[in-house]
Amino acid sequence: MIYFDNSATTRPHHDALSSYTEAAQTYFANPSSLHRMGGKAEQLLTACRKQAAQLLHVEENEIIFTSGGTEGNNLAIKGTAFRKKRIGNHIITTTIEHPSVLETCAELEKQGFQVTYVDVDKYGYVTADKIRAAITDNTILVSVMHVNNEIGTIQPIQTIGKMLTEFPNVTFHVDYVQGAGKVELDLKKSHIHLCTLSAHKFHGMKGSGILFKDKDVFIAPQLSGGGQEQELRSGTENVPGITAMVKALRLTMENLRDQPARLFELREKLWEGIAKMEGVILHSPPAGAPHIVNFSVPGIKPEVLVHALGEKDIYVSTKSACSSKNSDASAVLLACGVPEAQAESAIRVSFSYDSTMEEVEYFLVVLQEALTQLKKVMR
Amino acid sequence: MQYDHILIRYGEMALKGKNRKHFTRQLEHNVKDQIRSYRKAKVERTRDRMYIHLHGEDHEPIVEACRNIFGIHSFSLAIRTANEELAIKQAALQLLLDNPAGTSFKISCRRTNKKFPIDSQEMNQRIGAYVLQNSEGYPVDVRKPGVDIMVEIREQATYVTGQKIKGPGGLPAGSSGKTLLMLSGGIDSPVAGYLAMKRGVEIEAIHFHSPPYTNERAKQKVIDLAQTLSKFGAKVKIHVVPFTDLQVKVHQEIPFGYSMTVMRRMMLKISERIAEQNGILSLTSGESLGQVASQTMESMHTINEVTNYPILRPLITMDKSEIIDIAKQIDTYEISTRPYDDCCTVFVPDSPKTKPRREKVHLYEGTIDFSSEIERAVKGTETITAVPELEEKAPFADLL
Repeated sequence: MIYFDNSATTRPHHDALSSYTEAAQTYFANPSSLHRMGGKAEQLLTACRKQAAQLLHVEENEIIFTSGGTEGNNLAIKGTAFRKKRIGNHIITTTIEHPSVLETCAELEKQGFQVTYVDVDKYGYVTADKIRAAITDNTILVSVMHVNNEIGTIQPIQTIGKMLTEFPNVTFHVDYVQGAGKVELDLKKSHIHLCTLSAHKFHGMKGSGILFKDKDVFIAPQLSGGGQEQELRSGTENVPGITAMVKALRLTMENLRDQPARLFELREKLWEGIAKMEGVILHSPPAGAPHIVNFSVPGIKPEVLVHALGEKDIYVSTKSACSSKNSDASAVLLACGVPEAQAESAIRVSFSYDSTMEEVEYFLVVLQEALTQLKKVMR
Repeated sequence: MQYDHILIRYGEMALKGKNRKHFTRQLEHNVKDQIRSYRKAKVERTRDRMYIHLHGEDHEPIVEACRNIFGIHSFSLAIRTANEELAIKQAALQLLLDNPAGTSFKISCRRTNKKFPIDSQEMNQRIGAYVLQNSEGYPVDVRKPGVDIMVEIREQATYVTGQKIKGPGGLPAGSSGKTLLMLSGGIDSPVAGYLAMKRGVEIEAIHFHSPPYTNERAKQKVIDLAQTLSKFGAKVKIHVVPFTDLQVKVHQEIPFGYSMTVMRRMMLKISERIAEQNGILSLTSGESLGQVASQTMESMHTINEVTNYPILRPLITMDKSEIIDIAKQIDTYEISTRPYDDCCTVFVPDSPKTKPRREKVHLYEGTIDFSSEIERAVKGTETITAVPELEEKAPFADLL
């Protein structure tokens, strides 16, 4: 089995899974309960928070545990919008964000907020200058993703953050879901106020995530209830999920630290191999994230190619899993100016630290065979 | 490029004349204590400065520790490079860029190694030019620079030192003797302890525990508070006094309005005994004038009567909001606001006397003998030591 769909989700790390089981069996009590078992669960939660804060180089009271990327993005964007609506009603984002950002913005538009969708160049890059040009007196939030989930563009987050320091009314949110553990990002140096992470993208379990919230920035809660997570995210804490996530985050970041070149080597091999194939067009930017390669083969339906590879036990994606059920063209690629015929046939290969060079080599052979085969049929 | 050492400057201590050594030694001891889990790092003390040689240890946690140690006026990170022009320039650039708050800068070069071919004036200009070309938005300002980058070209290597990071000032904890801090678990008492530590006082804490009316988590809260305080200097011992019997007796025997006053008097009596046993010369409390019934002038007059030990009250003239600000800054606020009862909040009468009188208290206390309960409380006191948290000792390490 070759699993190259790590941007959709990753396989939970073995050690993270054992932490999950251990935490779920031993520390199952509600951390809010008064008795000693509750106290133990609360201590574990505190230890998790501390480790998450250390790994992200932020403070403990800046970590809000959530259920994942979609919730994190919703909480960041709606939370800021509702909290700051007296100051302004204008939000800026880009045309190639994840649906959990774009749809949230669309919903806010219905409620009277104004949203500017800044466009991107052919590789998906947005510039600080373009964002600056969109800022008005009413702007309260800028939301830009770090690594694009479909094509791997790494946005100039630090430059944008530095530029935004000139606008004290503007909260800066970054969707870091694809970048966490793969591409470094210094939250403080980039002047980020809100930052979304999702556990299952870095070998944790589905159903847990982190929203970093700068301690000097305020948002309105989107879930009301028992007042957990500094009253910003009510709901009994998912202690085992959080434990597994924090462990997976540590292991993934250790991988990034110890073998920073590894994913790049895989990507380079894949890139060279695909570039040589006839009729294949690469969409990812040459200097993109090391774990995502997006390409298309105009004339061959991507579903057909995905299934052909699937028969050989190789798993890749057509565009983002979150939007691949309606089989139109990729909105991200269209926004980059890719012609519709190509945008309809995009394939995404995404790695993680358990991917190997042998797998990439084998994948290239199988892909070439499949293309040759399919092209014969299509003619 | 790796940071080589951290240079520490003394504040007020440098003015201490003949006693200076007493203070700098205490500081050295406290610094070593705070960074002891970073085994490769070594501390060197000289007359005017202290150095932490990192020897490959990560600088960030050590910088964080230095921010909190009283007696440190300011400190700076330094890079060691070869005596090569480009390497020196790169080090200067890195020091500037690593400092997100940095604005303008200045280069001050000293060349003690005269074999190095470029003189210090020329080096200033060359390094400045390089930094300007390779950074954005950092102008030169030689009069009031945001960052003064110091370059020292020596025989073996060059040391490049960057921005001054502010330490907390004050005197090293332990250099002004010891006090017994009455630590309830509320917001005020840890702040009082912190301010006492700022003036060089070492702290032992006393906590009154009344199970089952107060639970394990209230006690844990106090241990966590003591541990947080221990970051600012040295380990903190906590004396946990079993207070249930005495508190119940006060509650039953003393008229309602005066029970709080009498309870406080008992606490002071016990505290004095514990202080005496441990060679401690003063008590410290988080009282702030007029804040609650026990902290009015009349209450203090009546309660304070039972001891002639000096009681330090660092918060006495502070407003609640000022106290909360400090509590947030020293990370005790969130611990203090955990919702568990402490012995001050159980058995509280609805309307305690705000103006208790000594004569009345004497009258009420006169008929009852509390001495055996006091004796038992003192004897049953359990002592716990809270040390600055260590990396390897972290709980749940195997799970995370």
